[in-house]
Amino acid sequence: MKRWLLFILGAVGPAAAWAAENFPPPEFTSGYRFPPMNVPQPRAAVFAYLDMAVLVAALALASYFALRLRSRRHLFWLTLFSLGYFGFYRRGCVCPVGAVQNVAMALGIPGYTLPFVVGFFFLVPLLFALFVGRAYCAGVCPLGAAQEMVLLRPLRAPAWLEQPLSLVPFFYLGLGVLLAYLGSGFLICRYDPFVAFFRLGGTTGIVIFGVALLGLGTVIGRPYCRYLCPYGALLRLVAPLSKWRVRITPSDCVKCHLCADACPYGAIKPPTPEEDPVRRREGKTRLGLLLLALPVMMALGAGLGWRVSGSLARVEPTVSLADRVWLEQQGLALGTTAASQAFYKQGGAYEELYARAAGIRERFGPGTAALGGWVGLVLGVRLIGLSLRRRRLEYEADPGACLACGRCYEACPVEHARVEGLPVEDLVGAEP
Amino acid sequence: MDDLSNKFNKKTRREFLRDSLRAAGLLALSGAVGGVLSQGQGETVWQIDPEKCTQCGKCATECVLSPSAVKCVHQYALCGYCDFCFGFYKDQRPDDTTGAENQRCPTGALQRSFVEEPYYQYVVNEPLCIGCAICVRGCQAYGNGSLYLQVRHDRCLNCNECRIAAACPAQAFVRVPAAKPYILKTKKAYG
Repeated sequence: MKRWLLFILGAVGPAAAWAAENFPPPEFTSGYRFPPMNVPQPRAAVFAYLDMAVLVAALALASYFALRLRSRRHLFWLTLFSLGYFGFYRRGCVCPVGAVQNVAMALGIPGYTLPFVVGFFFLVPLLFALFVGRAYCAGVCPLGAAQEMVLLRPLRAPAWLEQPLSLVPFFYLGLGVLLAYLGSGFLICRYDPFVAFFRLGGTTGIVIFGVALLGLGTVIGRPYCRYLCPYGALLRLVAPLSKWRVRITPSDCVKCHLCADACPYGAIKPPTPEEDPVRRREGKTRLGLLLLALPVMMALGAGLGWRVSGSLARVEPTVSLADRVWLEQQGLALGTTAASQAFYKQGGAYEELYARAAGIRERFGPGTAALGGWVGLVLGVRLIGLSLRRRRLEYEADPGACLACGRCYEACPVEHARVEGLPVEDLVGAEP
Repeated sequence: MDDLSNKFNKKTRREFLRDSLRAAGLLALSGAVGGVLSQGQGETVWQIDPEKCTQCGKCATECVLSPSAVKCVHQYALCGYCDFCFGFYKDQRPDDTTGAENQRCPTGALQRSFVEEPYYQYVVNEPLCIGCAICVRGCQAYGNGSLYLQVRHDRCLNCNECRIAAACPAQAFVRVPAAKPYILKTKKAYG
């Protein structure tokens, strides 16, 4: 009987698209029972607590190794462990870098709730940074660890390149947070260069990106961390407040600049020369002008952001779908895309789709303006920072940029003397 | 360690400022994240809403796992137990035997066994299933829709952003509470 039914249906075709019970479930007479439906549960919550415990332990160890033991060797082994645990065992998820977006999305999208683990991963490295600087970067982050392992022959990036590139993480952070806040997807996760290695599989583009970064990382120290990482940007903001920080020389600095040469991240600042009163006056004038220019730059950025909001909104899948469907309906676009096909297949509620897209577009306007304002603020603050003079008596690690890798300790002759129990007085006072 | 902290024993203005800012940062960060967390109902996992799924086949190709963590599941209570199952047989086939050339499933994961005249049971052999949704398409288009795709949580890595979700043209991937990780079809909704 069912055989001829099939032919009738075959003729009608997929008209009966939404599955109703075309064929009433049978009443069995042989005592047949449905096989049980197997619904395996997700990874138990206890493992999430294990991850959190490992995170805290690794952060504490990294702080201890970097600030107390002052041991690069210990930090190296910790880095290797983190690469194994957070990278290859936990396959790179969840990490604080991505967690930034979950927090933004929880703030912007009412239906989304921030999982506790994710909130914990976002918060704890920042809290550590408030006290001990970038301990997370030093020995816990699997992305940093992957790059730390390949750094063979560090070259110094010239200042004209270093300065603008080191601003990129702030822009990337702004864009990632904006898109997550508006619920348009997790940009930072999508362009995570090393997660493809951790998962042993990824799209061709991302694998090429990752390999290229690792290749670059053999000569440029941790390029992702310094020129892209959005969580690094957050840590960079917080770490200058830290209570305990990397201090290169255990006693008096002999100003040999060996530490600055050894730092592959350009984080060590030389002692400042005596101030010239003329230059000081010039600097004051420039600082005044820049302070005045800051609000102007922010306003310009916001205006520019508002103007490009329409283009940026097209990264949102609902908006791009609505655009496409409208074009197809007007006969302005030929054929269909996978998304528009899926939309028609779901029943094609045009008005509802257009209304939803318009609502999302509306939220993009102020959002992109805020992003533009942020870009202006970052640029302005950096310019102001460049014209501020800070007196340094010895070689100091900039707490914002320092990744606490421990290389400078190994390079410092005073530290060597301390470790070997030699008198440091001979060194101190000797001209280099 | 004494020699290290000697220099900082006396609090300078800068240090006082830094201490105050640190305290403010501590409060602000913990307060913000704590506030956001307190609204939440906890962990989430990815799942496919079978109502939205259009069986495009991306689940088989986009998942970071190979084979995909998405599998076909079978809601037996909805199944018609047909001899000629639309999920099992191809539309165009050489003949009506159960040979591989007549089956929709490219990996032979949908396995058929006799129950009682005229009914046949279809079971998804999960290790073979690649989540391509070819059988789902047949069952959905002509049959009862008892076959459909679900993310299997014994396999899923629960990536922060699911790559299939980003590629899904139907926006059928949703975050669901980890305590209720499946969106199962019910007889009531589909009867």
